[in-house]
Amino acid sequence: MSAKQKIMAKLRKSLTGTKPVADNFDVELVTQPYTYTAEQRIPQLRKLMEAVHTEIHLTSGEGWPELLAQLLRDRQLPSLLIAPTTSHGQRVAQHWAKNPDLPTLKSYDRPIEEWKAELFNDTPASLTGTLGAIAATGSLIIWPTREEPRMMSLAPPVHFALLKASEIRDNFYQVQQEFEWAQGMPTNALLVSGPSKTADIEQVLAYGAHGPKDLVVLILEDQ
Amino acid sequence: MSAAEIIPTVAVEEDFRTRAHEALGDTQLRGNFRKAMDSLMTKRAASFSDAHEREHLRALGNTVRARALSKLPDLLEQLEQNLTRNGVKVHWAETVDEANGIVLSIIRAHEGRQVIKGKSMVSEEMEMNHVLADQGIECLESDMGEYIVQLDHEKPSHIIMPAIHKNAGQVASLFHDKLGVEYTKDVDQLIQIGRRVLRQKFFEADIGVSGVNFAVAETGTLLLVENEGNGRMTTTVPPVHIAVTGIEKVVENLRDVVPLLSLLTRSALGIPITTYVNMISGPRKEHELDGPQEVHLVLLDNGRSQAFADSELRQTLNCIRCGACMNHCPVYTRIGGHAYGEVYPGPIGKIITPHMVGLAKVPDHPSASSLCGACGEVCPVKIPIPALLRRLREENVKAPDSTDQVMRGQGSKYSRKERFIWNAWAKLNSSPTLYRLFGFFATRLRTLTPSNVGPWTQNHSAPKPAARSLHDMAREHLAKQGDR
Repeated sequence: MSAKQKIMAKLRKSLTGTKPVADNFDVELVTQPYTYTAEQRIPQLRKLMEAVHTEIHLTSGEGWPELLAQLLRDRQLPSLLIAPTTSHGQRVAQHWAKNPDLPTLKSYDRPIEEWKAELFNDTPASLTGTLGAIAATGSLIIWPTREEPRMMSLAPPVHFALLKASEIRDNFYQVQQEFEWAQGMPTNALLVSGPSKTADIEQVLAYGAHGPKDLVVLILEDQ
Repeated sequence: MSAAEIIPTVAVEEDFRTRAHEALGDTQLRGNFRKAMDSLMTKRAASFSDAHEREHLRALGNTVRARALSKLPDLLEQLEQNLTRNGVKVHWAETVDEANGIVLSIIRAHEGRQVIKGKSMVSEEMEMNHVLADQGIECLESDMGEYIVQLDHEKPSHIIMPAIHKNAGQVASLFHDKLGVEYTKDVDQLIQIGRRVLRQKFFEADIGVSGVNFAVAETGTLLLVENEGNGRMTTTVPPVHIAVTGIEKVVENLRDVVPLLSLLTRSALGIPITTYVNMISGPRKEHELDGPQEVHLVLLDNGRSQAFADSELRQTLNCIRCGACMNHCPVYTRIGGHAYGEVYPGPIGKIITPHMVGLAKVPDHPSASSLCGACGEVCPVKIPIPALLRRLREENVKAPDSTDQVMRGQGSKYSRKERFIWNAWAKLNSSPTLYRLFGFFATRLRTLTPSNVGPWTQNHSAPKPAARSLHDMAREHLAKQGDR
């Protein structure tokens, strides 16, 4: 018998004559205390994300590329990794084309194996979109895609994320339902609630453990 | 770092009592734990400010886990089917040796030399670092706490905060000695040193090994929570990702993780959510540009099916590994995690370890508790830990000829003398005649009772029967009242 068969046989024997526990999932309990009005969502998200050192800027669908450029200059970042085929990647490229002297744009357009060292050692910042956010926990929802691969929001020390205000949801349960996640998940889905951190030494909180040291969220209020 | 250097553990010498005694005398250790546990308790309490919500959420967490266990074999089948459909290879192991064999064969198939590991308590059960080092394969911990304890050839002393027994000064000396960096007690700088060293290791690693917090049967998803990003690095950068987990970690539906996730992070660290919630449903797809080419899941039994067989002991498997029982345990806070000598310390360790290593190997674990009840009160999935400790105490003294075989190593503390004394005591207290006779002699022969009664008199005065029994005095009192 295989290990699986042996384990299964033991488990099934132990359940002989028993009935499964009824599913009494209490939706109210995980949604009702975590429901917000449209006016509450941004402040709620902001409160939680800023509490864990996320930098948040309110901007608009029109003005964000300029703000992004300004933030890059303020931080003296030499380059920015973008996803050139996404609509926000194109917006960045357009803005950059009109404004010479901005930090260099890099594209994540080839398999990681072809430029791993550069991604790890010479890519100081990235910009990605988000699928929205969760007000209850202060989390961005990120589904890496071919255009915006997993490492984009992980390897560069500074991660800029775009968030449309209309896509801020109330709670995780609502997000699962609205996106119908149970019917199909991508290869990798993430909730990101701040820059990387650790309290493993004496419980002293330190930021920038292994992931981004800075998470900068640009909220597009009019979108 | 060479393979010889990374043998990660110091041998655990002596028995539990000796180690506990030594730990009690270590004021530095006690100070480190006291400070950390006080802070974790305060944070948890603050994050559950609404007691009504907390209690309802705990009740829901309990039924979600109980429901999953009540259909465990079916859910495991469903999980395997969905993961396989998503391209994840699922492996089964009854023992840690089998699990190590599976991991080793995957590594060998890829000619792997360097393994980077995210935090995984199951890999600690397997002593994976040690097994791989023996084969000349470097297996490096990447969680900051785990990295620190591995660097010092230790084992984790807490399941969430592995290096909680050390203070910043001790970490500073360790980094200075082992990594050759300048001595600094600045925690930010220490973390940046760790980041620098481990980034290079993530870059080089052939294989990433992680644990799993929840395995969702419905979607075939492995959910991992973490704050550092090392879990994401481990499961994203190396070409092969191997997840190892216990067979009990499965939940039925994706929605089931909503309450469990909230309970886990609030109970463990007092935070509404961890920095990263990483949901992995498969390896890199053909058109994707990064992520592992292969994802494997190793499902380990290692004694869990034994706990599962008994409907009371099965509740042990509700555990979501938050560590709150440790943080609130007066025994754990005083002796720390290493004194237990096993992978899982504290209250949860005392009820899960006997199934993994046999009760005979850890005979003192069930009794290393004051039964104050704190662990059961804070458990997010309502495991009745004190009741299970009492149950294990019973199993511990079961007669060797008992036909009721519940667990490996049961009856290891059985003593004919003790059993005889308890039987006699029961008889004495259930027979009025015997009891009166006993009272008669105990009061009259009170001067003959011993003044030294073993361990009891180390810290207490010896018990002496009173000159007159309560029964006697009550009878006399009632008789006087009758005279009036």
